Amino acid sequence: MTNQALILFFLVGLIFVGVVILFSGLVAPRSTSPQKFDPYECGIPTKGTTWLQFNVGYYLFAILFLIFDAEIVFLFPWAVVMKEVGMVAFIEIVVFILILGLGLAYAWKKHALTWE
Amino acid sequence: MEFSIYDFSSFTAWIDQSLRASMSPGLAVAIEMLIIGVVILIFYAIVGLFLVYAERKVCALMQNRLGPNRVGPGGIFQTIADLVKLLFVELVPIKNADKILFSLAPYIVIIASFMAMGALPFAKGLHAIDLNIGVFYLMAVSSMGVVGVLLAGWASNNKYSLIGAMRSGAQIVSYELSVGMSLVTIVVLAGTMQLSEIVQAQQYGWFIFRGHIPALIAFVIFIVASTAETNRGPFDLAEAESELTAGFHTEYSGIRFAFFFLAEYINMFIVAAIATTVFFGGWMPFNVYGWEGFNKVMNLIPPFIWFLGKTGALIFLIMWFKWTFPRLRIDQLLTLEWKYFLPINIINVLIMALIVLLGWHW
Repeated sequence: MTNQALILFFLVGLIFVGVVILFSGLVAPRSTSPQKFDPYECGIPTKGTTWLQFNVGYYLFAILFLIFDAEIVFLFPWAVVMKEVGMVAFIEIVVFILILGLGLAYAWKKHALTWE
Repeated sequence: MEFSIYDFSSFTAWIDQSLRASMSPGLAVAIEMLIIGVVILIFYAIVGLFLVYAERKVCALMQNRLGPNRVGPGGIFQTIADLVKLLFVELVPIKNADKILFSLAPYIVIIASFMAMGALPFAKGLHAIDLNIGVFYLMAVSSMGVVGVLLAGWASNNKYSLIGAMRSGAQIVSYELSVGMSLVTIVVLAGTMQLSEIVQAQQYGWFIFRGHIPALIAFVIFIVASTAETNRGPFDLAEAESELTAGFHTEYSGIRFAFFFLAEYINMFIVAAIATTVFFGGWMPFNVYGWEGFNKVMNLIPPFIWFLGKTGALIFLIMWFKWTFPRLRIDQLLTLEWKYFLPINIINVLIMALIVLLGWHW
């Protein structure tokens, strides 16, 4: 039942967006002027390619995010059973977080957390 | 059959039974699905329309203006008028844009917010999907929206869009860590991820009161991080209009733009609703131990009013942030997350675990 409901919400969202865009495409006007299809850049024709190199800093933060997001995925099941398992679970998670904390400290020391 | 506005489970059970009595089980399930889908869709649209109006009124209040006041009494039909206008605006196809990804982006943004909306516990028995990993599910689907934002910026063939999408991606994924950690703090206290059980556990006190200071810290971090995650001011760098025109949705026109706009407001509702559920007792009324008369009066107010009221109050808080603080720079934004929120949050989770183990919470 719940699995079906998940698919249901996906489908309703899909149909909602699809139908509204379809309706809008039917009733909205269409222009023929080629200038209208230019991407916006302060009113002048665009120069050069759009897909430029971008700051490597974004990439660095994406990697850091991946590490810590995986950590949180591990924390969720721990959080549910923590009370039943007791002190052992707590000590284990302290060790786990210490190792990750070392990683964060290393990134910090290397100025990976500073935006340049 | 006896119905009550305090417990919807008898009402839903009655619908289920009467449908099953008159037709085959498969058809009955299909019709129930249809009802749920339509009800949630209508609610979704009403929330979206109302929040856009509310934002403009709150903004006007903060800036000592009147806000929309021409269409309907107090301007309440302003967003409907805007919506009709946007429906009749041309959907401009951009030259050299990646057509498939360009049209796919609004779908992803809306579907992600819609799937999150379906899992919220609105009142007792008024809960479409009650997953045993509810908190985790909400975190997962609400962070799907960033894919849509990145696609929109990438596919637009516009430099502003690309920069906006990149900033937005860095910001959303960074602050998602804080949102997740704050939720882990509460899951430690509750010992379950099922939303209905989390709400039930707060019957004798909301988690923000029962969890001592760690719960309070978790709430503050959650509300700031989720403001950032929904791309709202003062964290709206991704659409900083003075530098990036409109950020990732610069090239979107008409109703496609409206979908991004709608999703932003719905996401605001969703984060406020999650905060209500895990910190402020969901649909539980506000009770003070020992004040019998006061508690009786509070219990008279129906649960969904409590839920919407608390959510509304938190939404007002998030709007208040936007109209009070100046926009952050991207280095300040990332420093705040990685050098302050993340370390504080990790230690906060450990302190909360210790409190739960030693039984120091109420």
